[in-house]
Amino acid sequence: MKTHQYDVVVVGAGGAGLMAALYASQRARTAVISKLYPTRSHTGAAQGGIGAALGNMEEDHPEWHTYDTVKGSDYLGDQDAIEFMCYQAPDIVYELEHMGLPFSRTPEGLIAQRPFGGHTNNITGKPVRRACYAADRTGHMILQTLYQQGIKHGLTFYDEFQMLDLIMVNGKAAGVVALEIATGEIHIFHAKAVILATGGWGRVWEITSNAFTLTGDGAAIVLRKGLPLEDMEFYQFHPTGIYKLGILITEGVRGEGGVLINDKGERFMERYAPTVKDLASRDVVSRAIYIEIREGRGINGQRYVYLDVRPETVNKYAAIDGRTRPDGSPYVVTAEELLAKLPDIIDFCRTYLGIDPVTEPIPVQPTAHYAMGGIPTNIKAEVLADEKGTVVPGLYAAGETACVSVHGANRLGTNSLLDIVVFGKQAGIHAAEYAEGADFEPLPDDAADFARAQLEAILNSQGSERIADIATEMKRVMMDHVGVFRTAEGMQQALDKIRELKARFKYIHIDDRGKTFNTELLSAWELGNLLDLAEVTTISALARTESRGAHSREDYPKRDDENWLKHTLAWMHPDGQVELRYKPVVITKYQPKERVY
Amino acid sequence: MQVTLKIFRYNPETDKKPHYETYTVEAEPTDRVLDLLEKVKGEQDGTLTFRRSCAHGVCGSDAMRINGVNRLACKVLVQDLGTNRITVEPLLGLPTIKDLVVDMEPFFEHYRSVKPYFINNDPPPKKERLQSPEERARFDDTTKCILCGACTTSCPSFWLDDQYVGPAAIVNAHRFIFDSRDQGAEERLKILADQFGVFRCHTIFNCTLACPREIQITRAIGEVRKAIATGRLD
Ligand SMILES: Cc1cc2nc3c(=O)[nH]c(=O)nc-3n(C[C@H](O)[C@H](O)[C@H](O)COP(=O)(O)OP(=O)(O)OC[C@H]3O[C@@H](n4cnc5c(N)ncnc54)[C@H](O)[C@@H]3O)c2cc1C
Ligand code: SF4
Ligand code: FES
Repeated sequence: MKTHQYDVVVVGAGGAGLMAALYASQRARTAVISKLYPTRSHTGAAQGGIGAALGNMEEDHPEWHTYDTVKGSDYLGDQDAIEFMCYQAPDIVYELEHMGLPFSRTPEGLIAQRPFGGHTNNITGKPVRRACYAADRTGHMILQTLYQQGIKHGLTFYDEFQMLDLIMVNGKAAGVVALEIATGEIHIFHAKAVILATGGWGRVWEITSNAFTLTGDGAAIVLRKGLPLEDMEFYQFHPTGIYKLGILITEGVRGEGGVLINDKGERFMERYAPTVKDLASRDVVSRAIYIEIREGRGINGQRYVYLDVRPETVNKYAAIDGRTRPDGSPYVVTAEELLAKLPDIIDFCRTYLGIDPVTEPIPVQPTAHYAMGGIPTNIKAEVLADEKGTVVPGLYAAGETACVSVHGANRLGTNSLLDIVVFGKQAGIHAAEYAEGADFEPLPDDAADFARAQLEAILNSQGSERIADIATEMKRVMMDHVGVFRTAEGMQQALDKIRELKARFKYIHIDDRGKTFNTELLSAWELGNLLDLAEVTTISALARTESRGAHSREDYPKRDDENWLKHTLAWMHPDGQVELRYKPVVITKYQPKERVY
Repeated sequence: MQVTLKIFRYNPETDKKPHYETYTVEAEPTDRVLDLLEKVKGEQDGTLTFRRSCAHGVCGSDAMRINGVNRLACKVLVQDLGTNRITVEPLLGLPTIKDLVVDMEPFFEHYRSVKPYFINNDPPPKKERLQSPEERARFDDTTKCILCGACTTSCPSFWLDDQYVGPAAIVNAHRFIFDSRDQGAEERLKILADQFGVFRCHTIFNCTLACPREIQITRAIGEVRKAIATGRLD
């Protein structure tokens, strides 16, 4: 066992972790540990854009961005945090540009912007161009740029080190236990402050846009430490994943004029969101697709609809909608322009579907995409221990794994890339500041025992259950019953299943007992995390007897502000019992009203 | 359909030298090779080891040799291979850690050596630095790199001498050298004019053929060479 000492340890090297590390390292000895080589992080998969009211293409204001985000969140987002993020947005986008990020450009040489769902001109209600983009590779450019800065500034990286446990001493964060994947050796990172930036957990569901490695490790570890997770019932299904594969087709496709079409050839979003149509927010569009499919209007009666971005279709509906270019002329696209703006999407369709979106429509279905909930934090990215807002000293979280909460019940597209850089930066600044004034807590002798015992339990298990079987059953039941639409009965079924799977997990069998690069062992450990998160998600969802944002219950179809305008906090006790408590939503300027698009 | 996978296996803890193992799996023509590897690992042999994350060709984790050609396992479908016999081996030219996992550190070391980051020492403006769409297009191709290593490990010059920085490093230098906002071109060109730099390239084109992002690598290398020769960036 090796022990290292740093003032600040950042876990995760996606956008949030890298931004945190760049800031923390300015003032404190900082190390970044990541189970993936940093540029493999899923931030690199983000396509469409990062939201900021730069107003480069037309009038826009941070205040509009704030209101749109509050409304998009179905009023569950904390308005102080949302306002903070949206007002930071322009400067942080300029900061990324100054780091060299190659944004696409307007003819004047400014950062180019495109429309995205739920982002509107607050006066006309029409879509506004707020998403700053680099073709359809915005996340790739953010990840690469931040990593490049990391090299430039000599950040210390422990690549392919997987965090297994958090060390807490006297209620404070004191470090991290991690496995060096290449050698199987346990390392202890003794720290004054720990920043968790471990990303999401889309792998709970069958159809997902998320990488294999998005298994919610950080969130599950926090839960096991007796700390709560917030708003776990709010999980976003993106409307347009490639049929069966789940690979994301960015909302930017609809931003460029693509429309959703059912088996009758009808542009059905007109019926669900008369003003912004295909650019309604994600929960609204995903539900619409499910309803179309359920009512038999999926293509050929199957479980998908078409996303049509052929120039003739785009131009036809752009004319009907009276859409114009920034100079006021009618909006008309050519195949070449689409190719230039959406090269990767076109490549995905060619590679995985064998179709060319410029001449054929794309088969899509909703795909599990983004965790609105997570580790509760405040604006300084400090982790919170309870419903009263008690801070856990030395512990910070940022990015998709955190819940600050700027996304509430439903995240607007482009707001996660914004969230990760804004709150990653906060985490870095405040963790370093905290570390400057703190001492190292003494390391307990048994710091690594729990993690080691977890791995040994898997290695020594006498059972014959296979990881793949348990994972498949979990994903299926979560997709069917804790997905876009939910009922008490279905969710109870899911919960029973998850509990059964957790029992079976104790009898898991793995073939690989070696130390070198034992990815089977780690996959088993990750499955344990997914099961815990699935359970907490389902219990939080069962309790919430209303529909709000992404949490849509057929047995309680209405939003219920009187009883449910509050955040869920879920604890998992050592005996496995889950306890729910609630805390109020922060409302500053915008009183809840009905949400129509 | 049935597919036979012949996979390179090596476990440093138990094997003196590598060997191949053969697995038969039920597959759809549209399955990714990565799906088949997952299937083998999940259903038949959990010890089979490979890296993967995004599963759709954007993270660069799973470059390997598939029927002798460097590819991302998640970006090649069974039907693309035109055969139901698939041989899977680790990248050449880097030490094998286990099975299909190679030690990428020598590759990243070369990458880091070319200053792959934005250099501009002027105080930044309040808003964005301006750049025209044409200036932006100048280096678009090389911004796409996902550092998968497929190019460098397919290059005979790199196999011959692993001190050669390799195509991936040159691609990432190119990305900055031709960025109108950047001021570090001179330093990078100096590094690449070195004996282990661009002049090791014999325009064999393996790299360009291997690149899953379809970057015109040989062309980028040519542009860097020309810049070194002429001292100009046009
Ligand atoms: C396909 C796709 C497209 C998207 N497009 C957009 C978009 O256009 N706009 C937008 O705003 N948002 C978009 N999103 C959402 C957004 O990209 C993500 O929410 C965001 O990038 C998450 O960043 P992160 O830094 O929190 O986590 P990630 O980038 O996922 O990074 C997680 C990091 O944690 C590390 N890690 C995890 N577990 C451990 C462990 N146990 N030990 C050590 N390290 C660990 C990983 O190695 C990784 O470095 C998209 C998401 C997807 C999936
Ligand atoms: S240039 Fe292409 S092949 Fe080479 S590392 Fe980059 S993406 Fe991979
Ligand atoms: S798994 Fe990401 S590139 Fe293949």
